[in-house]
Amino acid sequence: MQKILVLFAHPALQKSLAHKTLFNAIQGLEGITCHDLYEHYPDSFINIKKEQRLLLEHDIIVFQFPLYWYSSPAILKEWQDLVLEHGFAYGEKGNKLAGKRLMLAVSTGGSENSYSKSGYNQNSLEEFLLPFSKMSYICGMSYLSPFVVHDIHKRHDSQRLLKKAQEYRVRLLTLQSNSEFDVDTKDSENSTEQTDNAEQA
Amino acid sequence: MEHGVLFGVLFNIFIYLAAGVVAVPIAKKSGLGSVLGYLIAGAIVGPYALGLISNQQDVMHVAEFGVVMMLFLVGLELRPALLWQLRIPILGTGGLQLVATSLCIFILLLFTNLAWQTALAIGLIVALSSTAIVIQNLQERELMKTEAGKNAFAVLLFQDIAVIPILSILPLLAISDAGIVESATSSWQSALLIVGVIAGIIIGGHFLVVPLLRIIAGSRSREIFIAAALSLVVGIALAMEAVGLSAALGTFLAGVVLAESEYRHELESDIEPFKSLLLGIFFISVGANLDFALLLEKPVLVSLLVAGLIMTKFTVLFATGAIFKIQRNQNWLFACALSQGGEFAFVLTSFSLQRQVFAPEIASLLVLVVTLSMVFTPLLLILHDKFVMPESPHKPKYHKNAAPEHKIPENHSPVIIAGFGNFGQVVGRLLHGYHIDTTILENDSEQISLLRQFNYKVFYGDAEQLDLLHAAGADSAKLFVIAVQSASKTKRILIKAKKHFPHLTVLARAVDRNHAQQLLRLGADHVFRESLDSGISLGVETLKALGMRANQAHRAGQVFRRHDEAVLHDEAKHIHEHEPQYVNSSLTERRILKKLLGMDALTYYDNLNDAWSTEAHSNDDKNTVSGLAAAHKHNKSNN
Repeated sequence: MQKILVLFAHPALQKSLAHKTLFNAIQGLEGITCHDLYEHYPDSFINIKKEQRLLLEHDIIVFQFPLYWYSSPAILKEWQDLVLEHGFAYGEKGNKLAGKRLMLAVSTGGSENSYSKSGYNQNSLEEFLLPFSKMSYICGMSYLSPFVVHDIHKRHDSQRLLKKAQEYRVRLLTLQSNSEFDVDTKDSENSTEQTDNAEQA
Repeated sequence: MEHGVLFGVLFNIFIYLAAGVVAVPIAKKSGLGSVLGYLIAGAIVGPYALGLISNQQDVMHVAEFGVVMMLFLVGLELRPALLWQLRIPILGTGGLQLVATSLCIFILLLFTNLAWQTALAIGLIVALSSTAIVIQNLQERELMKTEAGKNAFAVLLFQDIAVIPILSILPLLAISDAGIVESATSSWQSALLIVGVIAGIIIGGHFLVVPLLRIIAGSRSREIFIAAALSLVVGIALAMEAVGLSAALGTFLAGVVLAESEYRHELESDIEPFKSLLLGIFFISVGANLDFALLLEKPVLVSLLVAGLIMTKFTVLFATGAIFKIQRNQNWLFACALSQGGEFAFVLTSFSLQRQVFAPEIASLLVLVVTLSMVFTPLLLILHDKFVMPESPHKPKYHKNAAPEHKIPENHSPVIIAGFGNFGQVVGRLLHGYHIDTTILENDSEQISLLRQFNYKVFYGDAEQLDLLHAAGADSAKLFVIAVQSASKTKRILIKAKKHFPHLTVLARAVDRNHAQQLLRLGADHVFRESLDSGISLGVETLKALGMRANQAHRAGQVFRRHDEAVLHDEAKHIHEHEPQYVNSSLTERRILKKLLGMDALTYYDNLNDAWSTEAHSNDDKNTVSGLAAAHKHNKSNN
């Protein structure tokens, strides 16, 4: 069984719409370590050695965060800058993360359509998340399709979110039991969105 | 005299004050200390030199009240817990010293042709040291908190207590039977009375005096508060005298009881000037009492007796110190400081004279010898500074004869830290950890030898002294950290530093908000309130324990801190322009607190809640409490 480390970054969980539900759904599962970065490092002073040890103990790394200004909340960037050291994560002898898998679990305020050439945000989400896939590439990790919950601003009814949370939980459990598994996000997202729409209609 | 009585009184007052005013600054300038200054002044205006003052005996009795006040002040500095910590030095060191000194003197005197009763009485009388001389001298050198200072104080305290049994033993030693009169009057009754008075002081201090002071402070009239403080001290002294106890002991006890009240500093600053004045007069009258006629008549005998007394006391004290494991160099100081006879000797001598314990010739010789031994204490301490300290491992670095390895190195440190107590240690250890060259000034020699072992650059001395600052390299240093404990000392050091070393950036420890503002106004570049950060940390942990997210709680602390610092700096600029200044510092504090509490409600919660809001739900939880409750729930469900 693959071990999963979820690095959770949400600076204001008390205001969260989606992540409270998502994060709750993956608590207490065997082989899944939930690591709440803002709770652990309220002053952003990250314990590098401890974080590296955690990485070594797990096979799949998940970054779970709300998209802020087309990127992660600040602490996750700080985490990358400090923990992914030369000689550990990259560089001549830095191969400690090679072979591990990285998945993002992201929520966005805008709808899925807004993340397209013709949409409000003018680029696809994939393009915005390029720094993460490149990071993963440099560290020799395989970059999995992200788990995305779109349109949080408008559609945050608890039914939809519970359903999304359940999907998230299933995705992690599937990844855990299958070392090769990845999903074709586009299809899955579309199908869910369609069901959602159908339900609302 | 054709002048009235008033003229005589005023003339006496004038001579006493003027003698002190002239002599003390000269004595201090020449490094002799104020006590010696007073004593010399007294000798000069006394009957054997200029003869300007009369009835100095009576004046001395009045002035002895200065000693009573001094013990009240000492008590204010000693919280009960601290006193309890001193129980071993008080009973052990104090007890052994008293018994051993009395015995030694007794045995030595048996070789003369004195009766054994007389010898024992003298032994008991001279075993007591002078609280006034010792504490005044040690305080002037800021040595009260050192090992020697604490032990000396403990011994003095024991001696104060021991006066009571000595007073009851002396009549039994009378050569003729005339002395024994009323000693048999039901001792259990007087014992009961004594216990009652002591209990009264403790209970009354707690439940009566503090509420009373609160009411008086509310009247906001300074002179009434001073009157209350004085009448408190006088009243307790009266009560103690009435039951035959030492007044000094009673006021000391009252001081200890009030040490934990909020009026501690107010009482201290009110009584202090009276104490200093009375003590000064006391020292002058001791000087004036020197019987030069007797001295000239029997110079050899008197000098032998003085030398014998000091040497015997010193030897016993040094041995006692060694038995109770006082560090060697501290033991020198301890033994030097206590090597004189005390003011109790005067009281006990006249008491013994009345009870015919010994003859008048012996009494006057005894008073002369004790007085001279008191004069020699400041001199001994100066000798100690000159010769013993340089040989000890913690000699003052700025001393000319310092051994090469103790010389202040050529390359001066960029940072100087004054004071290496709890606070300075944190600063120093942090810098030391990063191998930042720091110079530490500290006057606790125990601390110093320990620090030396860990290669700290430590210098013994008082950071207030200009020559020490020069020697420590203040001219070329960049930063000056003032981390001493005493608020007033911090101010004095700051003023010195700003005046003589304006290039230094001064970072100062402040005891509280009021102090911080004063330091800012005196030109400190940065002030740090010693309780602010730990208070905020505790508050943040409390918020977390209530379920607030850790980073929210952290921000709440940061917002509070910035807000509070901003208000502090703002107030430091404006406070003296349009705010009323209360005479009572606790009232000032209460006014500041009231203002702060008003501001708190308005400012920081909004500031916090705006963070990470998005347009869709920016108004969702304006109410912090509900936000907190939500977070709490989340936490619970996580568990």
